[in-house]
Amino acid sequence: MRFVEEVTSTLLVNGRAHQLGLEPRVTLVDALRDRLGLTGTKKGCDRGECGACTVHVAGRRVLACMTLAVMVDGEPITTIEGMADGNSLHPVQEAFLRRDAFQCGFCTPGQVMSASACIAEGHAGSAAEIKEWMSGNLCRCAAYPQILAAVQEAGTTAAEASR
Amino acid sequence: MRSFAYAAAPDLDAALGALRQPGTQVIAGGTELVNWLKEGIATPDRLVDIAGLPLNTIEVTDDGLRLGALARMSDVGAHPRVSADYPVLAESLLLAASAQLRNMATIGGNLLQRTRCPYFRAETLLPCNQRAPGSGCAALEGDSRSHALFGWTPECVATHPSDLAVALTALDADVVLRRSGGTRTLPVRELYRQPDAHGSRPTAVDPDELITEIQVPASPRANRSHYLKVRERTSYEFAVVSAAAVVELDGPRITTARLAVGGVAHRPWRLAEAEDALVGAPISDPRSLREAVARSFTAARPLAGNGYKVELAQRAAVRALLTAGGVA
Repeated sequence: MRFVEEVTSTLLVNGRAHQLGLEPRVTLVDALRDRLGLTGTKKGCDRGECGACTVHVAGRRVLACMTLAVMVDGEPITTIEGMADGNSLHPVQEAFLRRDAFQCGFCTPGQVMSASACIAEGHAGSAAEIKEWMSGNLCRCAAYPQILAAVQEAGTTAAEASR
Repeated sequence: MRSFAYAAAPDLDAALGALRQPGTQVIAGGTELVNWLKEGIATPDRLVDIAGLPLNTIEVTDDGLRLGALARMSDVGAHPRVSADYPVLAESLLLAASAQLRNMATIGGNLLQRTRCPYFRAETLLPCNQRAPGSGCAALEGDSRSHALFGWTPECVATHPSDLAVALTALDADVVLRRSGGTRTLPVRELYRQPDAHGSRPTAVDPDELITEIQVPASPRANRSHYLKVRERTSYEFAVVSAAAVVELDGPRITTARLAVGGVAHRPWRLAEAEDALVGAPISDPRSLREAVARSFTAARPLAGNGYKVELAQRAAVRALLTAGGVA
């Protein structure tokens, strides 16, 4: 086992492989934004408290600001840029638009990534359940009622589609 | 963040070997360590990544639970046998942090998190013997709302924030510690140390040791158990106080009770006097329960800002007992 100051890593983001030389201290949110130009993922608190940097790694929602990029070498990563299918938005994105679930929009990419995972996990069964399982995503504009409505709507659509 | 060298451990022996060199720190889920790196609380020369090691099994046997230290909080919390047989444990995990953090954080790392004392976590260095040995304790004369009632010294009045540790303490769980050429087992209740002015380690884990497993005994039965977390908002917040209760009943009476309170000391605080007094008490009589719990609080030493916790913690303990017993 050899300790190195720079690691050649493959970041597999939204189905595309990017080979990067990374210092081990670089977080995933910085690698996505500064090295790959994927600025949809937002850097809010940068200390694991706000959820704005939420992405999916290996199918799970995680915080990109608390993840060292070298530690997700080769793992499939999905960011907000990977949610739409060509020109058609992801159902959660559609629901956020329909329900006007944002004001400034800064937290929205993280909300959408967290909400799609929340629904896929089966944690969108009731308003109370959504509030609990979406509590890791803060909205400084306090658009919570609209966000809740959007997650409920997208969750119902997903449940009907899987029936 | 200061730079450091990195290696992903191919196996446990390689990780343990690397830890023998001073200046080496392990990383797994990263939810604590990455913050320490950003704040300068930890400044390792070398980081060894153990996230890929096969230490994440969740095994339920007749003897109890064996949890790999790298099992994620979300996976242990959602495990059907854990929630059926050890509700206090599943509840402590699912009431902690957020869904994203629970997907990342490991249970071994959860136990090794450091205090949330605002002086310890401050971006500008303030007097804190845990952060800068010998610098004093700003909380003692400062904002002590979130600080300890029991076991504190003038050197440090911090509390430990882990919900899981409170549940494991009530369950009489052990941690398995490995180092190169050795293994030892330590009760969770002996894991944490009262910090002194000399920068002593906050836990009994030596720098060359790793927590590899958590063992929870099956006996006495733990399915009558509950974790109650009191916090300033409904979700995604550390506990002001919390209580973990495990009870066994013979009809309406308690035969054994195990009770630990969180948010009141540098470690989960077992209420030994209360546990003794609860034997034979009727589970559905809150007044009897309260009298028993109060026996452990005669020794409470509140600080200037946290007197409210004396009452709050006792109420939390009583309610946890009632819920564990199926009464409330």
